[in-house]
Amino acid sequence: MNSQPVTLYPSRQFKDNARAALADTELRGSLRSAMDFLMAKRSSAFPDTDELDALRTLGEAIRQRCLSRLPELLEQLEERLTANGVTVHWAETPAQANAIIHGLVAARNGTLMVKGKSMVSEEIELNHHLEAHGIQALESDMGEYIVQMAGEKPTHIIMPAIHKTKAQIARLFHEKLPDTPYTEDVDALIRIGRNALREAYLQADVGLSGVNFAVAETGTLCLVENEGNGRMCTTVPDLHIAITGIEKVVEKLEDVVPLYSLLTRSAIGQPITTYFNMISGPRRPGEKDGPREVHLVLLDNGRSQAYADQQLRKTLQCIRCGACMNHCPVYSRIGGHAYGTTYPGPIGEIISPHLLGLENTRDLPTASSLCGACGEVCPVRIPIPEMLMRLREESQRPAGEAVDHPLRGQGAAASTTEALAWRAWRRVYASPGTYRLFGWSATRLRALTPPTQAGWTQNHVPMTPAPKTLHELVREREARRKES
Amino acid sequence: MSRPSDVYLFGTCLVDLFMPDAGMDAITLLETLGIRVHFPQAQSCCGQPAYTSGHPREARDVARSQLDLFPGDWPIVVPSGSCGGMLKHHWPTLFAGEPEQERVVAIAARVVEFSDFLLNHLDWQPVDTGPATRVAVHTSCSARREMNVHTTSWALVDRLANVTRVVHDHESECCGFGGTFSIKHPDIAGAMVTDKARALEDSGAIEFVTADAGCLMNINGKLALDKATPLRGKHLASFLLERTGGKS
Repeated sequence: MNSQPVTLYPSRQFKDNARAALADTELRGSLRSAMDFLMAKRSSAFPDTDELDALRTLGEAIRQRCLSRLPELLEQLEERLTANGVTVHWAETPAQANAIIHGLVAARNGTLMVKGKSMVSEEIELNHHLEAHGIQALESDMGEYIVQMAGEKPTHIIMPAIHKTKAQIARLFHEKLPDTPYTEDVDALIRIGRNALREAYLQADVGLSGVNFAVAETGTLCLVENEGNGRMCTTVPDLHIAITGIEKVVEKLEDVVPLYSLLTRSAIGQPITTYFNMISGPRRPGEKDGPREVHLVLLDNGRSQAYADQQLRKTLQCIRCGACMNHCPVYSRIGGHAYGTTYPGPIGEIISPHLLGLENTRDLPTASSLCGACGEVCPVRIPIPEMLMRLREESQRPAGEAVDHPLRGQGAAASTTEALAWRAWRRVYASPGTYRLFGWSATRLRALTPPTQAGWTQNHVPMTPAPKTLHELVREREARRKES
Repeated sequence: MSRPSDVYLFGTCLVDLFMPDAGMDAITLLETLGIRVHFPQAQSCCGQPAYTSGHPREARDVARSQLDLFPGDWPIVVPSGSCGGMLKHHWPTLFAGEPEQERVVAIAARVVEFSDFLLNHLDWQPVDTGPATRVAVHTSCSARREMNVHTTSWALVDRLANVTRVVHDHESECCGFGGTFSIKHPDIAGAMVTDKARALEDSGAIEFVTADAGCLMNINGKLALDKATPLRGKHLASFLLERTGGKS
């Protein structure tokens, strides 16, 4: 199968993308039922709310402790991994990460890479980069396999093809895979995919994987998966390259246990995954299998920007479970593609501005009603609504204003009109006399209320002031009481 | 919890301008229960619209203008979960490191959401004088998640003998208001309020109640635009007063 070019959805066009997604009734239906299913699964995985609360508190504490010691833990990780025979590479940008990975594959004259699921590889557009150099990168996670075949990007960080119906996948397999009859039998579809992939594992020159937890004290890369494809990618080819963001490091092996439990239960309501891989180096002398070389690429790509700010650092606590998307009323209506970013949904709205700059993600921090469903389910208690409000502030802050930790794209959403409107609002609402006059005029002139109110009247009748304000009604009643 | 003799009412800017009757009904209901209600005339807004839109300075200036309005140590009752959440949880953050911080924290501690006050401070025991009806309840996200009072409105409605409370589909989901969200992202907000309005219609409720003016304006504004159904919402205070014969 030839890998398709990825379809890029620039996040600058978020509003247009969202509008198109909202009009797609098939997509709306699939998303809604999928998200309802995932919410119910999560809920059933945490029957005891006290245990859930305690576990979330523990998860938050672990992630915060590890982040507070991030620089030294990364050094320790490198040292232990090196001692275990793993080569560690540091990449500041996606271009650097791509160059490192391409270099490793090219050094062996490799032409085929099999990939386990890795959102960081999506983040750096690895498949695209390798293809441009004549190297085929084949996704082996079933969801990723489907979206790659469709020439799309994942719509969800855990379930990449969750937006697709059974019929759509059946049609896709039938059209794209030679000699494949049309079938909507899920088991049969999975069998078709697995058979196609089985050959690729044996032929591949290199296997690529992500990392869920990188343990500093032992130099262990933990990989959480259900399909066994992760194990195949990391053990069958001679060369294994793992890639992850710098924030994924944890201090101790025992830190992994609660985080793993939170991850699988929050993501899909599973008590534990079918596979949990702990990778601690290449094949050792006398061992019969395993890769001969293992490399880890540690990517920054804007994470240091979030790290530098005490409040925004909490963004990096994320363990990528996707629960925030599953519970988000915005994500569940527009799906992941509309965001135009690797990470969609609430976590995407708070991480993407660091990866891509506020200038490229201008509409994302405001794409939330701040309902708080995301923060409520976050297994490591990231206060996502609070992060969104902070990013709104930074995108409204004038570009020239000096601050301690300026964000890339500061002021991207600042407009003179909006700034003036809020200043006018302040003048009215911070002064009782002006406010009283405003209330009196607005109620007396209610007949002049504009019939079209930007944004609002698209979905509502116009906001029309009452005949009298509450202030007035209270004053009138007090006057009546004095008279009687 | 002890029963206070007096309370302040922070009416909120939306109630003030767009649904003052709900504010009056809250006052009347509290007064019929023997509580003296003080309505500071210099009140305007908690600052939430600017705060959630990324303009904390403007929000702080407006909030600062409200700090002198509650000199007594009585509870500050707010007939809106989201404004209550702003006062109780966001004001201390907004004033962190400011000279007023200590005062703000003390004020925040006295803030009580209306339904919470009625149920948990007054243990309201109504005599329902209204005809049999079916009512759906929409709880605002701030009431649910910031004020942790998602069950108080249910409990109050459930105390009315002739009222059947019906549950609507995805009841815990946001109605799509979100302040400036509904103006900046009207397509998404529109899809959300459409689903909420449909869920309320399909619930078989004759009317619905909510203790949050923002949600009420959002859902009623949508229902009125569609004109497809007579279903409308009321503020919880108005509904409770009406059911207990206090609304003439």
